[in-house]
Amino acid sequence: MKSVVEVNGLSRRFGQSLALDDVSFQAAEGLIYGLVGANGAGKTTLIKHLLGLLRAKSGSVRVFGLDPVHSPVEVLTRVGYLSEERDLPEWMRIDELMRYTQAYHPNWDMDYARELLDRFDLPGAKRVKELSKGMRAQVGLVAAVAHRPDLLILDEPSSGLDAVVRLDILDAIVRTVSDDGRTVIFSSHLLDEVERMSDHVTMIHEGRVVVDGTLEEIRHTHQRWSMRFPEPLERAPEIDGALFMEGSGRSWNVIHDGSVEEVRATAALHGGDVVQSRDATLQEIFVAHVGRGKKNAEAA
Amino acid sequence: MDITTSVADGVPIYRQIVNQVRYMVASGLLEPGEEIPSIRTLALQLKVTPNTIVKAYGELESAGLIEKRRGAGTYVSDSPSRLASQERNRIIEQRVDALLAEAHQLDFNAEEVLSVFRRRQAIMVKTANVERIDDEKCG
Repeated sequence: MKSVVEVNGLSRRFGQSLALDDVSFQAAEGLIYGLVGANGAGKTTLIKHLLGLLRAKSGSVRVFGLDPVHSPVEVLTRVGYLSEERDLPEWMRIDELMRYTQAYHPNWDMDYARELLDRFDLPGAKRVKELSKGMRAQVGLVAAVAHRPDLLILDEPSSGLDAVVRLDILDAIVRTVSDDGRTVIFSSHLLDEVERMSDHVTMIHEGRVVVDGTLEEIRHTHQRWSMRFPEPLERAPEIDGALFMEGSGRSWNVIHDGSVEEVRATAALHGGDVVQSRDATLQEIFVAHVGRGKKNAEAA
Repeated sequence: MDITTSVADGVPIYRQIVNQVRYMVASGLLEPGEEIPSIRTLALQLKVTPNTIVKAYGELESAGLIEKRRGAGTYVSDSPSRLASQERNRIIEQRVDALLAEAHQLDFNAEEVLSVFRRRQAIMVKTANVERIDDEKCG
């Protein structure tokens, strides 16, 4: 498959804090990539590098094989972008905004833009500043997809939107990959959305990529082991490499990305056994890597 | 095609689709030769990545339950009757296996399970008869 995005060893510092720490990320043609992470994890900073809005201080960023800072026109004419802030020019009318956006995009598909505006019930004469949050997202979406970009990037597209507009956005993602075999990268904190829409999931935590792979790979490498002990344990048993522990008394569960032997050996130290295992869900993996559970497991 | 998917129970979405289509073929809800939605249509309907549908249809195709006709969409196989009866067996076997595992956990032997089965069946037949009589009275 053709590579669309290649990020290698990207680090970025804002003042004292390390916003991105040695991040590598690849995206191939025709697939949907989900970026997940808590607020401030570094998702938006990564996206801004892909758009050439930030210059790589260390590491490299290539989009369509080009450096987006050095070749902004070549890259951005082939990219559609919906930002979390939906920063649209407030004073423009919707139809003006469409003409304005079109001017930057020789491939602008007028029929497609009109079809979407009609479907979303967006009157051309209305000014951006008069629009509701949902309508702004819809206008931003039309502006992002009507030139049929080779790469569609959506930063928290569902954030703060009602269910109807969220579905419009998911629709646009499906259309983008299935009609033209194009590539989508979207960040979201809604894990069920990521689980449904992503071919590939990248989890970012405190500037670092902590999990990266197809959903199936990720779930398979993270197992949830259930253990039973003959006597109640007051505290979680210590297990090397445990990402997350929960339980009480004689039953404890651990999320682990290592081998069963490690878990079984530790359980045996307390006279217990592993009674069940299954693939962890994305939710469980997220909590294990990003949530408070990680700290609990480390402290235990 | 009426398919529902959930990310809550941890079963991969493509597997949920495969299982539901298998069930629909086995139960006759989908008929031989019936057209099923395109990958794009089903992806839009279920709001999932199209590659999930590609994977599900790929598996159903290798199992012989559906077939692609060149440039003309995807259809339930013309002769799925043998497969459908295999599917019916497979589905009921899975249920029985689950029941046996549960029975084992709760320390029931096969004879005891069978006697519970017959007792419940008798009750169910009786209730169904009562409902039918009620229906007739109402009708």
